[in-house]
Amino acid sequence: MSAILVIEQILNGLQFGIMLFLMAAGLTLIFGVMGLINLAHGSLYMVGAFAAASVAGATGSFLLALVAAFTVAAFAGAIVEIVVIRRLYRAAHLDQVLATFALILIFSEGTRWVFGSFPLFLDVPSYLSGPVTLPGGIEYPLYRLTLIGVGLLVALGLWWLTARTRIGIQIRAGENDREMIAALGVDISKLYTLVFALGAALAGLAGALVGAIQSVQVGMGEPVLILAFVVIVIGGIGSIKGALIGAILVGLTDTLGGIFLPEFLKLFMESGAATQTGSALASMAVYILMSVVLIWRPTGLFGARP
Amino acid sequence: MKNLFGITTALALTAAGAAADTKIGMITTLSGGGAGLGIDVRDGFMLAIAQSGRDDIEVVIEDDQRKPDIAVQLSDKMIQSEKVDIMTGIIWSNLAMAVVPSAVNQDVFYLSPNAGPSALAGAGCHENYFNVAWQNDNLHEAAGAYANGAGYSNSFILAPNYPAGKDALTGYKRFFEGELAGELYTELGQTDYAAEIAQIRASGADSVFFFLPGGMGISFLKQYSDSGVDLPVVGPAFSFDQGILQAVGAAALGVVNTSQWSKDIENATNAAFVESFQTEYGRLPSLYASQGFDTANLILSALNIANPDDADTFREALRAANFDSTRGDFMFGPNHHPVQTIYAREVVQEGEIFTNKILGTALENHADAYAGDCKM
Amino acid sequence: MIREGYINAIVLFGFLLIPICALIIEEPYTITLATRAAVLALAAVGLNIALGIGGLVSLGHAVFFGLGGYAMGILAFHAQNYIPVELGPLTINGTKSMPIIWLTAVLVSAFAALIIGLLSLRTTGVYFIMITLAFGQMFFFFSISWSAYGGEDGLSIYVRNVFPGVNTLVPIQFFGLCFTALCVALFVQSRLRASIFGLVLNSARQTPVRAETVGLNPMRLKLLAFVISGAITGLAGALFADLNRFVSPTMFSWQLSGELIVLIIIGGVGRLAGPVIGSALFVTLEHFLGEFTDFWHIWLGLILLLIVLFARGGIIGILTGKDGPHV
Repeated sequence: MSAILVIEQILNGLQFGIMLFLMAAGLTLIFGVMGLINLAHGSLYMVGAFAAASVAGATGSFLLALVAAFTVAAFAGAIVEIVVIRRLYRAAHLDQVLATFALILIFSEGTRWVFGSFPLFLDVPSYLSGPVTLPGGIEYPLYRLTLIGVGLLVALGLWWLTARTRIGIQIRAGENDREMIAALGVDISKLYTLVFALGAALAGLAGALVGAIQSVQVGMGEPVLILAFVVIVIGGIGSIKGALIGAILVGLTDTLGGIFLPEFLKLFMESGAATQTGSALASMAVYILMSVVLIWRPTGLFGARP
Repeated sequence: MKNLFGITTALALTAAGAAADTKIGMITTLSGGGAGLGIDVRDGFMLAIAQSGRDDIEVVIEDDQRKPDIAVQLSDKMIQSEKVDIMTGIIWSNLAMAVVPSAVNQDVFYLSPNAGPSALAGAGCHENYFNVAWQNDNLHEAAGAYANGAGYSNSFILAPNYPAGKDALTGYKRFFEGELAGELYTELGQTDYAAEIAQIRASGADSVFFFLPGGMGISFLKQYSDSGVDLPVVGPAFSFDQGILQAVGAAALGVVNTSQWSKDIENATNAAFVESFQTEYGRLPSLYASQGFDTANLILSALNIANPDDADTFREALRAANFDSTRGDFMFGPNHHPVQTIYAREVVQEGEIFTNKILGTALENHADAYAGDCKM
Repeated sequence: MIREGYINAIVLFGFLLIPICALIIEEPYTITLATRAAVLALAAVGLNIALGIGGLVSLGHAVFFGLGGYAMGILAFHAQNYIPVELGPLTINGTKSMPIIWLTAVLVSAFAALIIGLLSLRTTGVYFIMITLAFGQMFFFFSISWSAYGGEDGLSIYVRNVFPGVNTLVPIQFFGLCFTALCVALFVQSRLRASIFGLVLNSARQTPVRAETVGLNPMRLKLLAFVISGAITGLAGALFADLNRFVSPTMFSWQLSGELIVLIIIGGVGRLAGPVIGSALFVTLEHFLGEFTDFWHIWLGLILLLIVLFARGGIIGILTGKDGPHV
């Protein structure tokens, strides 16, 4: 295995991690601010991808498609917050799990009802397609490099929003003491709708960006949703920094585990068996990582200590 | 077909009512992620029943949600309450394994319109079980044979880490005579293949064989074509059926895939099928639709000779397979699995639509590898 | 408003009455559905002990359900193929006897619950939900790639296992077995709730700090509740596998863990009859909505939403006019 391949794989792991971060950022924001477990986050990701695919199909513009994904998901998020989520802030985690589980059912089958059972088409725009050559002679798809760039921009933007703006101050204050900032005259329910819509919009954007190189289909959100939860739990719920680091950890573990575990096992085992056992272990790797982190630090890497 | 509000449309049951002499139970996937395949099988099947004009056949259709336990429960319902004579419809091998053995042991006929697990083709074969589609390995074996013919000598092969994936790679290796540059099992449901593509690039292979059904295949093909790796790709038809090709788009152009059916197989039955399917449903048929259509026509041909109550005569009539198949000639091997020609197809664009065109024959009159283990 | 005790009695009586009516009017499939509801209820009763009494929201109970299922699958698979199970130096013969299978299922899932509990109980709240989910996913992916027992295809057992004195192939008799198991589990739960153990756990759930201050060690009790809970869900898994004569990795899926929680919330968290009502309603909805429309998940989703938003405390909460315990 050459050094170039190893570097390329590390890059792939990083890139996968950033993709997960796009999804996890909204999730951790919503949980951090509102204390809400939102299982329907994956559905908003799907909504974004479907919106993007429809708009790209009608107009042929990828940028417009991204805008549509962002807006439609934000809009869907705002509606969901006003109609359902608003009633659940004081409820137990259990009720939130059930309500958002119900939302998954409604969103998935609703999308299938509107768009049919077959996957939709969404492609990388021509100006971002094809590989570029990186220093060292690595050929890497331009679109994936763009994804890394967008992910880092989103991270930066979120940091700026929470650390440097008035809304950010309100958000952080809301995390700490909801009654207090309400008493200080902040319209807390408007703030929550805003945060939820922002989280949803990020999920929708992620769905559109990732949908361009994956399959836009009903149920596409659930596998990512679980991984996104793994990410925010490893990072510590509510922490944007934790989500970024957790996402990269998960991305690297998943990608590198899939490649090196079978190779590693081939040192002791016959090749076919090593490939199978290695892949089996690799698919469990991120969950093993998560439980080890939680056993070591029960509130994640950057979570608030109880 | 039922719409959101449960208003049953005309097609739902062709001939409901007490007059029905023969009851067919169809368990297939109509909701959730894999619904496209089940819908195609159902539509193909119901088209054939409607065209037969017979009003003494009742078809009971149920949705298994792609869950084995639901499928088993529905099969109990079909056998215990509906008292069906014939069952069909299951798409996935794992659901078929859950339902078929116990159904055929309760004296029901089962005709598989899609799944063909090896266990049911070999030692676990049964006189009441017929497979009208293929044994699972067939299309992969044909891909291996095609790769030999195309002069490939060093393949990189990959499939998901589950039984059908292992069967796929085994099937390819059974016929492929060249070397393997690499062999990979990916996670079931995986959506990102950057790491695998990097390995393909570094492996020095001259060709790639992959079996990644449904959404996995869409993701792989899109990412592969964007990666700049330009090795030729071969795969079974499952990643190139009519339902998903539009979602892959230009990334699939020129890719060779193997299938026992294609819309351009030249015979009158197939031409009529493609045309009437398009008229009825407004879309091109997929291979799944053709399998549903063939299954129904096989049943109809046997019903012309005997009723399922007369099990022995009915079984003989099924075994004779005297019906006009969309695939041209159709016959069963000794284990009730098809012996058939498998074609190599190429993905082409016809106007706005992406579809497949036959390149040539990959395997002529091909039987499966397990028939010898079947003691019937 | 109705007292909870009456509701429990009515629910169990109704549960028994439906299959008997079905037997009389010869609708054997209704008996199968009732059996399914009873087995799912049993699994949920197990979870309800962790959730309602212990306050432990586990999104990984499918682990125990699946282990129970595979205990049945593996033992019966070896019995039907006449190959003994090789465990290193130990050789065990497969068996088709339900009592032995049940015992194995209970022991294996209790052991798994002990290990998972020991590791997971270090965390609380959402982190506990997520770590149990992680264990569920580990088992799920392991079972998919474990080709010796069918991987994703699962294992088919051609004939239902045997129980002394009962013909398990007759739907009503098998229902009887499952219903009895359900009643026993409900009895265990009611004794637990009333015991000192239950009272301490309850106080630890409501005011953890106070409980610790007065010198209770809620940790060990929670672990015990988790183990009992896992064992009961494991038993349900073995019965579920026998009902379907089939096991597969879907028994380990997180959706199944989610469904068990859904059953409990529909009925009422921490209520004795909660899981029973929940699963009866769920199975009925699943069956009739499926007949009604291809898109029945939408309606199921809407009904669940209505229950969460307007019927805190679930169906039993509505009937008794009291919220259930808060978790």
